[in-house]
Amino acid sequence: MKKDIILCGVGGQGILSIATIIGEAATKAGIHLKQAEVHGMSQRGGDVQSNLRLSTETIYSDLIALGSCDLIISMEPMEALRYLPYLSKDGVIVTSNKPLVNIPNYPEEKKLFEELAALPHVVQLDIEQVAKEAGNARGANVVLLGKAARYLEIVTPEQLREAVATIFARKGEAVVEANLKAFDAANEG
Amino acid sequence: MEKQLLLGDEAIALGAIHAGLSGVYAYPGTPSTEITEFIQTHPEARERGIRSRWCTNEKTAMEAALGMSYAGKRALVCMKHVGMNVCADAFVNSAITGVNGGLVVLAADDPSMHSSQNEQDSRFYGKFALVPILEPSNQQECYDMMQEAFALSERLKEPVLLRIVTRLAHSRAAVVTGEKRQQNAFSPSTDQWVLLPGIARQKYAALLEKQGAMEEEAEKSAFNRMEQGGNGRLGILACGIAYNYVKEAIGKEGHILKVSHYPLPQAQIQQLAHENEAILIVEDGQPVVEQDVKAMLGTGYKVLGRLTGHLPRTGELTPDNVAAALGKKCSTVYGKAQNVAVRPPQLCQGCGHRDVYGALRQIIEEMPDARVFGDIGCYTLGALPPFKALSSCVDMGASITMAKGAADAGLRPAIAVIGDSTFTHSGMTGLLDAINDNSPITVIISDNLTTGMTGGQDSAGLNKYEAICLGLGMDPAHLHVVTPLPKNIPAIAELIRQEIAYEGVSVIIPRRECIQTAARHAREKAKAQKAQ
Repeated sequence: MKKDIILCGVGGQGILSIATIIGEAATKAGIHLKQAEVHGMSQRGGDVQSNLRLSTETIYSDLIALGSCDLIISMEPMEALRYLPYLSKDGVIVTSNKPLVNIPNYPEEKKLFEELAALPHVVQLDIEQVAKEAGNARGANVVLLGKAARYLEIVTPEQLREAVATIFARKGEAVVEANLKAFDAANEG
Repeated sequence: MEKQLLLGDEAIALGAIHAGLSGVYAYPGTPSTEITEFIQTHPEARERGIRSRWCTNEKTAMEAALGMSYAGKRALVCMKHVGMNVCADAFVNSAITGVNGGLVVLAADDPSMHSSQNEQDSRFYGKFALVPILEPSNQQECYDMMQEAFALSERLKEPVLLRIVTRLAHSRAAVVTGEKRQQNAFSPSTDQWVLLPGIARQKYAALLEKQGAMEEEAEKSAFNRMEQGGNGRLGILACGIAYNYVKEAIGKEGHILKVSHYPLPQAQIQQLAHENEAILIVEDGQPVVEQDVKAMLGTGYKVLGRLTGHLPRTGELTPDNVAAALGKKCSTVYGKAQNVAVRPPQLCQGCGHRDVYGALRQIIEEMPDARVFGDIGCYTLGALPPFKALSSCVDMGASITMAKGAADAGLRPAIAVIGDSTFTHSGMTGLLDAINDNSPITVIISDNLTTGMTGGQDSAGLNKYEAICLGLGMDPAHLHVVTPLPKNIPAIAELIRQEIAYEGVSVIIPRRECIQTAARHAREKAKAQKAQ
């Protein structure tokens, strides 16, 4: 079994934390992993992405091939569309539905959402709202991971939940609790 | 033996620590920065007393590492590819002097220019200097090769170049760690490393004599490996990370020669050529090996690659372009989305560079003949809207010297914008030229107290900028420090106007801490207080 995942968003939205949590869960489960990140200049308000590959077999390429991505997890709706050529036929997009407009030529939102909605497997969520309701306004990225949990398949939502606890453990019990709440708020098992 | 999830950069760092490193010397540069950072914060490095503070530039780094090697200890120099240009004098000559303690030079190339101004291939430098090159294909090899690189360097008594690319530097995978070697004892060389012509000629001859031993090492290297397969039509020579894309595309089907240790293993290449009708060279970066193999096999043999259009001439390898070169169709389902706009990086909201450009924008609008020569750093983003303030950005330090040359030619006003870290890296000498010539230029040293673009590393000249400028001979009447804040933009613009009118060198230092490092320092302070 293999899962090729593109995590994307805008610099500073916390996609690398999502990658770290999935990576922890996969490593603990004994699954092979490669995760290509973007560091450097593109962090600053520009688009960022991470190619995360999980497999029960040896993984060679650090990058995902066009048309073969199983899951796009995006912190921002336009960014989800940026990687569309990588999505496989049955690939799923799990995305925030709140545009982050920091460029003058951001597309017309109505058209953007129409294009998203026309795709066969798209899950949208107001992750910031859910995070606020869960009492963890800074946990939108963990909410998104919770929403995407059931589509990962190669690791279970329960394994991901454990990884959330492990990753945030060094920040104290309160932070762990807050992030588990954020995860649970969107996780559909 | 322990398994860890590591970036390629981190695997190199840990490999170096375990290989008995005594000092790492580096200037930050994407994608190499994380190597030194890992060593700086690793408990084992602290226990072993590994020297790891940032250097002022790649040349000082290379020379200090050579000095550590002279004294008998193992040293690592890390840089991005263009850093090789900065340290080239020391690097090339370190092959002539030879080394004592193991010396490994790590160059991180950036094909596709994700965060760079060119995509030069550091393997040319290795060939040029006549030293062995190692090129890992994955994170495990990054770790393993550090051990081998130091051992090889000490066997041959020559520096070894280790070349990686962005995708390996910044990709994470599981790495199994191995044996830990002791550091070398202090034992300075008793040989003369004096490159006077008479001695240099002898040493150069000795270096040439070692080429045979270097080729032998590469020929029997465990990192170069033949994988039998295919139907005799096409042999594949895959260098470094290219091997992964080849395996991804064809699995066990092909006849593959994996090359990760140079000079090229000629006997194995001859065998691959003999058993196939043509060879496809798959290499990330420039067609270095393709040219060599073409020359080796002669015009009658078909060598395919970037020069023949089987792979793109520029840009990094991907699973897609390699699969296409191997005749595999890529199966995209969806085309490009309609409603996607380019989202370039931008200066942070609240960044002091923004206020500097706010003032410069006024000057440019008032004086259409004004030209602003930029430099390398976050502030290069001042070239993009909404500021559109820069006319040039070429290499570290070129802002001041280009402004000077343009002013010499009659350009007025000639303005240079350079960051604090870039100024100490390569700007100081140019400023001295300008002062000695009394060139009519206005230099803005935009000081955010850190090396911002690479993530906030120490800036070598912290708190010394006025003293440096005065020491170089600046007239104190034309040296100013201002605070870049939105409310101060009119006053800064007025100061620039005033200094532009002066027919000599002016330096204006807008100084305010990078908001990213300021936030980090505030968090660290809060944490420290909580701990008390």
